[in-house]
Amino acid sequence: MPTLTINGQEIEVEANTTVLQAAEELGIQIPRFCYHDRLSIAGNCRMCLVEMEGPPKPIASCAMPVGEGMVIHTNSEVAVKAQKGAMEFLLINHPLDCPICDQGGECDLQDQAVAFGRGDSRFTEHKRAVKDKYLGPLIATSMTRCITCTRCVRFATEIAGVEELGATFRGEETEIGNYIEEALTSELSGNLVDVCPVGALTNQAYAFNARPWELRKTESIDVHDAVGCNIRIDCRGAEVLRVLPRLHEDVNEEWLSDRSRYAVDGLARQRLDQPYVRLDGKLKPASWDAAFAAIKARMDGLDGGRMAAIAGDMADVEAMLALKELFTALGSANLDCRQDGAKIGGKHRGGYLFNTSIAGIEDADALLLVGVNPRWEATLVNARIRKRWLRGGLAIGVIGGVSGPGDDLTYKYDYLGAGPATLAEIANGSHAFAKVLADAERPMIVLGSGAVARDDGAAVLDLAHRVADQGGMITDEWNGFNILHRAASRVGGLDLGFLPGQGGRDVAGIVDGAGKGEIDLIWLLGADEIDMAGLGQAFVVYQGHHGDAGAHRADVILPGAAYTEKDATWVNTEGRVQLGRRAAYPPGEAREDWTILRAFSAVVDQPLPYDNLAQLRQHMVEAVPGLGAVDEVGPGEMGAFGVAGEVGGAPFESPVTDYYLANAICRASPVMAECSRLYLGGEEATGTDG
Amino acid sequence: MKRVPAPPDRQPDSFAFTAENVEAANQIIAKYPPRRQASAVMPLLDLAQRQHRNWLPQAAMNMVAEMLEMPRIRVYEVATFYTMYNLAPVGEHFVQICTTTPCWLRGSDDVVAACKNKLGIELGETTADGKFTVIEVECLGACVNAPMVQINDDYYEDLTAESTAAVLDALAKGERPKVGPQSERHASEPAGGPTTLHEFTQTDSRGEG
Repeated sequence: MPTLTINGQEIEVEANTTVLQAAEELGIQIPRFCYHDRLSIAGNCRMCLVEMEGPPKPIASCAMPVGEGMVIHTNSEVAVKAQKGAMEFLLINHPLDCPICDQGGECDLQDQAVAFGRGDSRFTEHKRAVKDKYLGPLIATSMTRCITCTRCVRFATEIAGVEELGATFRGEETEIGNYIEEALTSELSGNLVDVCPVGALTNQAYAFNARPWELRKTESIDVHDAVGCNIRIDCRGAEVLRVLPRLHEDVNEEWLSDRSRYAVDGLARQRLDQPYVRLDGKLKPASWDAAFAAIKARMDGLDGGRMAAIAGDMADVEAMLALKELFTALGSANLDCRQDGAKIGGKHRGGYLFNTSIAGIEDADALLLVGVNPRWEATLVNARIRKRWLRGGLAIGVIGGVSGPGDDLTYKYDYLGAGPATLAEIANGSHAFAKVLADAERPMIVLGSGAVARDDGAAVLDLAHRVADQGGMITDEWNGFNILHRAASRVGGLDLGFLPGQGGRDVAGIVDGAGKGEIDLIWLLGADEIDMAGLGQAFVVYQGHHGDAGAHRADVILPGAAYTEKDATWVNTEGRVQLGRRAAYPPGEAREDWTILRAFSAVVDQPLPYDNLAQLRQHMVEAVPGLGAVDEVGPGEMGAFGVAGEVGGAPFESPVTDYYLANAICRASPVMAECSRLYLGGEEATGTDG
Repeated sequence: MKRVPAPPDRQPDSFAFTAENVEAANQIIAKYPPRRQASAVMPLLDLAQRQHRNWLPQAAMNMVAEMLEMPRIRVYEVATFYTMYNLAPVGEHFVQICTTTPCWLRGSDDVVAACKNKLGIELGETTADGKFTVIEVECLGACVNAPMVQINDDYYEDLTAESTAAVLDALAKGERPKVGPQSERHASEPAGGPTTLHEFTQTDSRGEG
């Protein structure tokens, strides 16, 4: 461990640390543009020049590894002059358009020019101008502002795994772009806006909307997939203007997928902002009292066995708990939180969690993906797999879930087969990949949520469990058995036991029963992905925030809160309990979901035993103690799960057919509609589309 | 001078190597170790440009990327970085006039003027008949024979306004003028003949006797 001196302070750091990182450990700020701690080192902006005793010239601290006995000065005359010089060169071609630039107020160049630059410019010649590039509907470009730090190029190449950006031409004419004026084909492209240190790449959907200091920032949790990305919601008034990722090393690092970032315009459209009751076949606006009365009227005299409740993919734990307790009190055992009909859940938590944990992927040395396309089902889990793969020494096998061996997951894999037969071969050891798993020290299997939602899902689960057991995936230190969920509500619902009770029906049974007239009332908590046409004559209560499939079928609509509008708990696919916070109030008469259920419970004389969120949370933790352990994660308890049986021959297919339109919020978002049309509609993406 | 790629309507839809060039390309690729075939990108782009009337359409870059199993953008980066790849159509005779200091001191302004007069075009333009394109370039490394121009693969050196015009005339007639110095001297020997090693140069050491 070398020891070096920076500004008179001595510090001992790991070998291979750079001077800039060592200075950071001491709390000494060195200005930088091209250096980004998650990207490879380029060393091309020259902003981080510092003085090193010995060499005659200043050194680029971001690219200089520390050495024993080094003496560094970051604020000496030489260093300051070098930094001022670098800044002056950077500003030569940078337009002075901060007042009309969207990056203004959160611009690295602006901040560092004030801190490390000269007050004025000595450059009197013509400035360079660069034609703006088309990079798709999500990113606005203003390439004259580009300082060619190449952070975006390195992000696309290294993290996103799409080598589409580059630096073309040369010298003063160097341009950053993809040369071909086509949309980037990455679902992580929004992060380019974050890595860009200037206003060259900005958020198209947020363009010219607000200044950062006008925004109210709320730290919360994303619910567009089951990864549970940590986010910051920026609001002005009641409107969510943008969503940014928030650092969580074990979940999303500092990235966010495009759907989570750009679907927020859907929060202002298609909203259910007042109760509705269906009269004469048409939904009519109603008061809360009238809506509750209509439900009560239908419930009166109805046996609990003829009622059912289904929780949707974005439901929070508090609301599901309230709904479960309400229906249990009403005598109904027909509860299910698995809209897709997944054959999982039960007392063994290990049977439905991503036990390895997302950060744990980085320790794996063999990976089997079964019936899952992580790129579309859990984008940031996919990014983590790529991160691990880039380091080398990770054997990846894929069974189904992708469209074929040519499907791009941003890493190389062996396509082993399409259906459960291949999994069975691995389970009985006759497949070559079984040996790869057996030879690996920390192998893992990832079973997609679609693979267990098939008719033979229980048998597939059992088969995967056997593969895990026989592959030595489950030891005291390592649990390589994983289910990758795609619904933010799923693990929370399973933890709560929002499942059919004794003699109760599951989702398929409820829909079937409704069709046959055996179920008379169905309460949908944001559930839009079931077969609405099959519900027959059943009376449908839709409690949710968007006018989507469920609301169209509903007899009574109870307007709820979207994820940005409630203090609520979600549990991600790893079993990590995380708290979302309210960034804005629900629109109109809409209310937080648990309060709606609490109010209705009083109407039917079954009052739920909590009057505020604190009481509800206390009650929740008493019911399921694990829900009190916020942000903790560990492998779930293993045991017997799955049912040994015949597996079908049908290939595994990913349930995500359209990443950009996967839930009610996305389906209300014009930006997501544009992305879907562009990327999945089979239309050619060209500059003229922009 | 900023190089502007040909607009989409001038880009061919597809590009494929001829059978001989496929053979040549495979020989070039074979020079590099396995999985390092991307090293062959520059000679392959050159091969493509030579096959395609001295300019490199985007379709050719895409084809090279495919052949070398590298991302297209990495090929675009190379092709746009090096100025010797022409990104837009050029004339049959691609005249590159060196105007860097040594050539300029020796009269490259006259050479430029002679080209403009003779061909009726400005620097960076192509004649209407598509025969000639004239551009100005930085040092081509033949300062000892300044001023000079490069036309396609040939150097024409020791130029004057008259000899420049003569070279262009000959090319226009479809002839191939004598390559090298347009003055009396041989190669880059001193003007007026050798000044040292007389006895030595009397012998056949020059290869011509």
